Amino acid sequence: MQIAGIKSQPLVWILLVAVLLAIVLSFLSPFFMTVGNMTNLSKQVSIVAILAAGQAVVIISGGIDLSVGSILALSAVVIGALIQVDVDPFFATLAGLATGTLAGFVNGFVITRGNIPPFIATLGMLGIARGLALVITKGVSYQVLVPFFLYIGNAKFLGLPIPLYFVVVTFLVVSVMLHMTVFGRHVYAIGGDERVARLEGIPVDRQKVKIYMLSGFLAALAAVVMTGRLAATPPSVAQGIELQAIAAVIIGGVSFVGGRGIVLTALIGALIMAMITNGLNILGISSFYQQVLIGFVIIVAVWLDNLKSRK
Amino acid sequence: MPDPTPLVEMRHISKHFGGLQALTDAQLELYPGEVLGVLGHNGAGKSTLIKILAGAETASEGVIFVEGHEVHINDPNDARVYGIETIYQELALCGNLNAPANLYMGRELHKWGFLRKNAMKAEATKALSRLNIRIQSLDVEVESMSGGQRQAVSISRAVHFDTKILIMDEPTAALGMEESKMVMELTVELKKQGIGIIWISHDIHEVFNFTDRITILHGGKNVVTAPTKEFTQDEIVSMIISGIPVERGTSAAGG
Repeated sequence: MQIAGIKSQPLVWILLVAVLLAIVLSFLSPFFMTVGNMTNLSKQVSIVAILAAGQAVVIISGGIDLSVGSILALSAVVIGALIQVDVDPFFATLAGLATGTLAGFVNGFVITRGNIPPFIATLGMLGIARGLALVITKGVSYQVLVPFFLYIGNAKFLGLPIPLYFVVVTFLVVSVMLHMTVFGRHVYAIGGDERVARLEGIPVDRQKVKIYMLSGFLAALAAVVMTGRLAATPPSVAQGIELQAIAAVIIGGVSFVGGRGIVLTALIGALIMAMITNGLNILGISSFYQQVLIGFVIIVAVWLDNLKSRK
Repeated sequence: MPDPTPLVEMRHISKHFGGLQALTDAQLELYPGEVLGVLGHNGAGKSTLIKILAGAETASEGVIFVEGHEVHINDPNDARVYGIETIYQELALCGNLNAPANLYMGRELHKWGFLRKNAMKAEATKALSRLNIRIQSLDVEVESMSGGQRQAVSISRAVHFDTKILIMDEPTAALGMEESKMVMELTVELKKQGIGIIWISHDIHEVFNFTDRITILHGGKNVVTAPTKEFTQDEIVSMIISGIPVERGTSAAGG
């Protein structure tokens, strides 16, 4: 199987880094490895991790999706607005997921039909979705105090917080899609050489639309978790989170050029970022330094990756 | 030629790009199990003619017959339906994928959308060994293979799906001596299987030794179409340059 070949190495590497980091942090602070902190950590990581799964697929296909934070906000606002008018939470959730998927479809449509680079198309969507979220709410935050969302945000199942299950299922499904289906194979082919993929009869445009729909859907799924955690849907939520998701994918060792990498490393990339933030918080180091450190980690991760591949 | 029905007949093909006349009333015939060399200067029209057959361009005028039936080729997928495959000079593979993935690119074997990786690997192993291609491991990315091995993967992909007509556009241009030899040995193997091969090359020596017939184009028109060995290498070169057919009793100018 391919998993045994070139693709497993980045996973081994990044896993090693994550474990090392966890060991160091647990030596530095007795609070790090407590159940309470781990619960906290998994909640912190869940939103970025879900977005990173979609972002990984987009980046492997050679694209980028800058609009996930805004799509998240728009989907959350749709859910919040429907809850305000007493729509059943289940249907509100479906509407939220549909909103995100539709926004992703528009991204894909614009990229393929308009022949517009993903960076620009999704930059446009970043503004459009965020703006729509503000238009719908007139800038106010809806409260969402229904049991369904409070359960998602705060409850545990078998001792583990609910958002963690969202993350696990997301990565399981996306991994299977990417590594075991025809769709996934096409994602790698398009990321590897789009011209060749087209020449060999891969429906490149159709698959690209699907890729951005998947990313939009996952942004909406993250919105469901976010709504649960905040018990509210502020239209300004998750601003700049797309950069964290991209950083998680890059730290995870997915090549920015496309065609290479596995989805699971994005989860570990997100974990590493969350651990750094969480660890520095516990150690009482200023959050200003955290940003500096994460910036360094992104650059070092890619630098190390380059050194490895040059050999 | 022994077989009365050609695999491909291109008749009265003209093509103009705006004001530029690339082809004027060009002809081409290809029979099963032969290698037809298509020769000409850059700009003589040979790549336009071939692109029309491969579906990368459409003719302004003219008709194409495949095995006696008139066909309309508007894109590469149409060409593929008629068993026409093309191997390009620059290697058309995804470097980040392994040989089986490249072999089945765009036509993956699957069940309910799930890849049948083992089946594809087994088929790829068979396909490669049928052409006597040896590749150490099918799991490695084609990027890390030699140019010859990659061209071999391209060829086995091109002939894997019921191919009758194979267009090879300077298939050895990017390869070394040994590897070119390997590609030519492969081509002989395909010939034996009854595949008709259109061989485009600038290497006169290669064309002279390797093709059964040649057709020479000059200024978008046919100069001559004849068995290769009716001419000397020098005569072929002079016809490519001048566009004036060398008189021979048996060969008819203009195809």
